[in-house]
Amino acid sequence: MQEVNNFTPNIVAFCCNWCSYAGADLAGSSRLSYPANVKIIRVPCSCRVNPMFVLKAFQQGADGVILCGCHPGDCHYVTGNYYTRRRMSLLFSFLNYMGIEKERTRVEWVSAAEGAKFSEVMNDFVAKVTALGENKRLQDLRVKEE
Amino acid sequence: MSELEKRIIEKAATLLAGGEIKRVVGWKKGEFIHDPSPATFETEESLKDFIYNDFCGANLSKYLIDIFKREGKTAVFLKPCDSYSFNQLVKEHRIKRENVYVVGIECHGKLANYKVEEKGITGITSEAHEGENVVFDTLYGKVTASREEVLLDRCLTCKGKKHVVADETVIINDYEDKVSDRFAMVRELEAMTAEERFAFWQGQLSKCIRCNACRNVCPACSCLKCVFDNPQSGIAAKANDDTFEEQLFHVIRAFHVSGRCTDCGECSRVCPQHIPLHLLNRKFIKDIDSLYGEYQAGEEAEGKTPLTSYTESDTEPNNVFTVTEGK
Amino acid sequence: MIKINKNDINAFFAAVAEKMPLYLPVKKAGETNYGMYAEGAEVDLTTLKTVKSAKDFFFPQSETMMKFRKEGKNIDIIDVREDKEPFVIFGVRACDYKAFSVLDNVFLQEPVDTFYKARRDAAIICTLACGRPEESCFCKVFGIDAADPQGDVTCFLTENGLMLRANTEKGEALLSLYNNSEKADEKEVKAAQDKTREIIKKLPFSNLDLSRFTEENLKELFAAEEWKELSEACLGCGTCTFVCPTCQCFDIREFKTRQGVIRYRCWDSCMYSDFTQMAAANPRTTQLQRFRQRFMHKLIYYPSQYGGTYSCVGCGRCVNKCPQHLNIVKVIKKLGGKND
Repeated sequence: MQEVNNFTPNIVAFCCNWCSYAGADLAGSSRLSYPANVKIIRVPCSCRVNPMFVLKAFQQGADGVILCGCHPGDCHYVTGNYYTRRRMSLLFSFLNYMGIEKERTRVEWVSAAEGAKFSEVMNDFVAKVTALGENKRLQDLRVKEE
Repeated sequence: MSELEKRIIEKAATLLAGGEIKRVVGWKKGEFIHDPSPATFETEESLKDFIYNDFCGANLSKYLIDIFKREGKTAVFLKPCDSYSFNQLVKEHRIKRENVYVVGIECHGKLANYKVEEKGITGITSEAHEGENVVFDTLYGKVTASREEVLLDRCLTCKGKKHVVADETVIINDYEDKVSDRFAMVRELEAMTAEERFAFWQGQLSKCIRCNACRNVCPACSCLKCVFDNPQSGIAAKANDDTFEEQLFHVIRAFHVSGRCTDCGECSRVCPQHIPLHLLNRKFIKDIDSLYGEYQAGEEAEGKTPLTSYTESDTEPNNVFTVTEGK
Repeated sequence: MIKINKNDINAFFAAVAEKMPLYLPVKKAGETNYGMYAEGAEVDLTTLKTVKSAKDFFFPQSETMMKFRKEGKNIDIIDVREDKEPFVIFGVRACDYKAFSVLDNVFLQEPVDTFYKARRDAAIICTLACGRPEESCFCKVFGIDAADPQGDVTCFLTENGLMLRANTEKGEALLSLYNNSEKADEKEVKAAQDKTREIIKKLPFSNLDLSRFTEENLKELFAAEEWKELSEACLGCGTCTFVCPTCQCFDIREFKTRQGVIRYRCWDSCMYSDFTQMAAANPRTTQLQRFRQRFMHKLIYYPSQYGGTYSCVGCGRCVNKCPQHLNIVKVIKKLGGKND
């Protein structure tokens, strides 16, 4: 798909330290591939992700932002991802209300044992965002200046 | 002077005379009848400037964050919708309930200065509600306008005449609560395509001059130092140097008050460019209602807010659109 | 003086816009602000006051001053100044026009602000006489005649059409861009002016007394008890400063891009808590001090620095826009002199 419109999106993935980041590691050590344009930012818990982080990522040139955390119920801090779930639900719905394409934001629960899922999720997300094209609605032109 | 205003001023005088109450917070006459400012009154003599009319839209709750700390007890006059903000501030420990004496006062909808001006009504000397109309006495004669056309946006979808907190009330007329749909416009926007919504908000937000009036007037915005004023935050800005900063400011502002916004409508009242900011807050309120159950911030002075609680079966963020758009 | 019939006004705008950018009051998303003329734009010449004033043309809310770009071990400094092509601002009211001279005092004195000067030199200003001044107007207090503003071209809008009078060579050249005009009836203009002046006489704020605002009274006014009451309800928002045609304070900030840094300046507001923030401390810690600063600057500090000109032109935007109805009129009435 990437070849079709010749566009490589910038993807920011916030991964929690305990599950999803380990999941990404596992994907690597299992030799499962995921696109190189996914930039992982490790956070202590998905709950650490302030809505501002998501917006900042878009400002800095992200075309899609994905949050990965432990499965609900498995949070290392017991309840962190439950709060993430509410916050991001409201944020995503709100961004969509502002006219930002809803395919640009996503939350996935990836455990430390789910290297395969991590790879699948990233491939799928990158494909969806690639199809959408460049993020034009939530961009900061100053950043993109050459 | 209306009967209601007279009774309120008498009440203020009685409270000050009682000795326990050191000051009352109310509205002070301006140059006209349509430009009152919030003010504190410490003596009976100063009450000669007290005013309460249909231009007293300002919500006094936020001033109490500072005023309640002064020595002695403070009395405040709250309209029904202001009482929600007050309660919410008590809940957030921004106001100490024991230090404030709350007098709930009657409100039959407040007028939007700019809507009155737009209708070319100037030189107003007095004004009164008459059924579905507002009648203005002006220097140029009597002018009648339909209430619908001159009320503040928030009053068009009034939350009701109930005070959620009051030590006593001053109410003369028993107006009926009108049933209205405050989410109608939110639904209309939801029904548009993403492109149309984007165009709508870009048109509105491009007017933003970043004066921060919406933030500073908001009773829910009670941080000592706002992230947008904090040079350490990396997003502090005094102007929207890029359209992104308009979006960033308004998304974060609305998100930060979500679950705490009582829908008092002060943001839309004060916006110099009349951006319908309440439509941002109402989207959050509507989503919270449909995802996590009906919730009215400020109704209770205790308990958790939707964003500080959870259930195990909450909707997944990726499925949220089917719920929020389905309704 | 020439006259353009009501139905031809748009043709006149189109003729000007063909030659150079034309900015005029345009209604967008419900509010009237200055915008570029384009076909289909909702030109609004009847609204008396645009929300933001005309100062944006010379002193925009934010503007890039220079850029830095990092290439290897070098840092390039990029000068973003460029020659400004002529442009037209149409519909400037007398108060906003006077405000330009207030800004000129600050920006055109040594050291000259080249950004400001380039735009100022390139602008052709068409003023528009007021037909229906409003309750909140008090330009008369500052010696401004709303019925006869100056500028390169002065325009009068009457029931029959638009009358235009060129005051400068630039103005004459501008009017020559349009041929389909007739000779104006000066009597009609005179009648309209008289009407406006009559209204102004009756406006509630037309006779404010400023006599106490002198340098000699500076200390006394600074220490006045009244500031407490006047500033009590101030929210500390920047509405008054941002809609003000004469407020001229700015901040210089930097934004990090991928390759370097953009240095830009943007309006600042003395109402903001970090306005006077310095490395060591902030000398103004309360809203009362900030509030006082704004009005002392407009009515005392500025006049004493610039030959008695007040840094207020009585446009009344702050009167209309302050969320809590605090404004300079209330200050003048309390402290200015005999104002009852």
